[in-house]
Amino acid sequence: MSSTRKILVPGEKIEGAISASDYYIYDYKNEKRVAIIGVVDFKQEGVSYSPLNGVYVPKEGDIVIGLVSSHGVANWFVDINSPYQAILSVQDFFGTRQNSQLPEDPFKYLQVGEYIKAKIAAFDRIRNPLLTVQDKGLGKIVEGVVVSVHPTRVPRIIGKKGSMIEMLKNETGCEFFVAVNGMINIKCQNEQLENIASNAIKIIETQAHIPGLTERVKKFIEEERKVRGV
Amino acid sequence: MITLTRPQRFIDDEGKRLDGRKPDEARPIKMQVGVLSNADGSALVEYGLTRVLAAVYGPKESQKSMLLPDRATLRVRYHMAPFSTEERKNPAPTRREVELSKVLRESLEPVVMTEYFPRTSIDVFIEVLQSDGGTRTVGATAASLALADAGIPMRALVAGVAIGKVDNVLIVDLNEVEDMYGDADMPVVAAPDIGQITLYQLNGVLSKEEFRNAIDMALKVITKIVDMEKETLRNSYVEVSEE
Repeated sequence: MSSTRKILVPGEKIEGAISASDYYIYDYKNEKRVAIIGVVDFKQEGVSYSPLNGVYVPKEGDIVIGLVSSHGVANWFVDINSPYQAILSVQDFFGTRQNSQLPEDPFKYLQVGEYIKAKIAAFDRIRNPLLTVQDKGLGKIVEGVVVSVHPTRVPRIIGKKGSMIEMLKNETGCEFFVAVNGMINIKCQNEQLENIASNAIKIIETQAHIPGLTERVKKFIEEERKVRGV
Repeated sequence: MITLTRPQRFIDDEGKRLDGRKPDEARPIKMQVGVLSNADGSALVEYGLTRVLAAVYGPKESQKSMLLPDRATLRVRYHMAPFSTEERKNPAPTRREVELSKVLRESLEPVVMTEYFPRTSIDVFIEVLQSDGGTRTVGATAASLALADAGIPMRALVAGVAIGKVDNVLIVDLNEVEDMYGDADMPVVAAPDIGQITLYQLNGVLSKEEFRNAIDMALKVITKIVDMEKETLRNSYVEVSEE
């Protein structure tokens, strides 16, 4: 392989020209430096940086999965695995223009502790992320389980060109939806499979840096399926 | 109770200090990150017998009363555990601890990129587990490691060390006795990567020349400690990959 990998820690400079400017790279005296521990890949195509740590910062247009944590007068507060609590308005949830069209007790339809899949409609430095569920495939999650991983592990769970997620789908026969904020919705035929799938996700999360991960997870799923007889 | 008494001499004929170190030699340093599972980031740092634990939470939604519209609020709490000293220390925060919390916060503010997360707060807890002089400098080192471990963007890592004067000789990394009966105590916290001194205090008297030498000595040791911090952080990821 013609690429070399190096772990850089805060304050260290990236040697060579880096093409993409990442959120966690800053300029210091004409040098590019990293602000968060991450892996720098020196390849022929150029230098790339991927943080190994950090938090999820919402971005407009992101599809996220959130946990409803409480509600206000006309909105829900949703935990989206980020420093900022997201807001989902009652009007948006029911897709109505006028208040008169809302059901009598709107909070009966989406309760605290339930998960939603939503799009970030607006977010900037002065206001909290605003969610919308008015799009295809969005809304309350009624099937399967949701597991939460560290947001920086999302690329590993998907794998190179989707290799890891494809393997998970093939091996378990489950449906996975991986949201950018590290929340994963798993839909399976039965609870046993769901359990295996969430354990496999946890393995990926904790062993994200070890080479040969895909094979190991594959073996784990095969063995678990044999043991549990599913 | 054991009472410390002022030693006759701090440096013997061979030029060695009370604990056998050379004047420009720091105590043996140990570092560990990710020692607490409930905190977002944590670190345990030892300079000789001084042992400090740091934990970081956040960034998380800030309370209204302390919210800053353009950046994250950094909250630092320096605290000495009741069992950290020879005699039990009352766990209530003392005047000294409140002040040290403030100066340590100011020593971290220049390196933590708080502007990345407006309206949030980052909590840093510095708990002294065992005290043998230099707790604020060890605290700064531990806090810096814990912040990096928590994944909070930082311009650079900081580390601290104290320089003192005993028997007219400048010494590095004072222990309790040298701190108490020495002629000067100068804790320094710096970020060598960006060339900034973020904490500087001086208790006692130094001449102009001594001061210059002391700063040079401090920066030399701090650069070494920061290199250790970097290695510790890198190893925390390598270890995972070898499991």
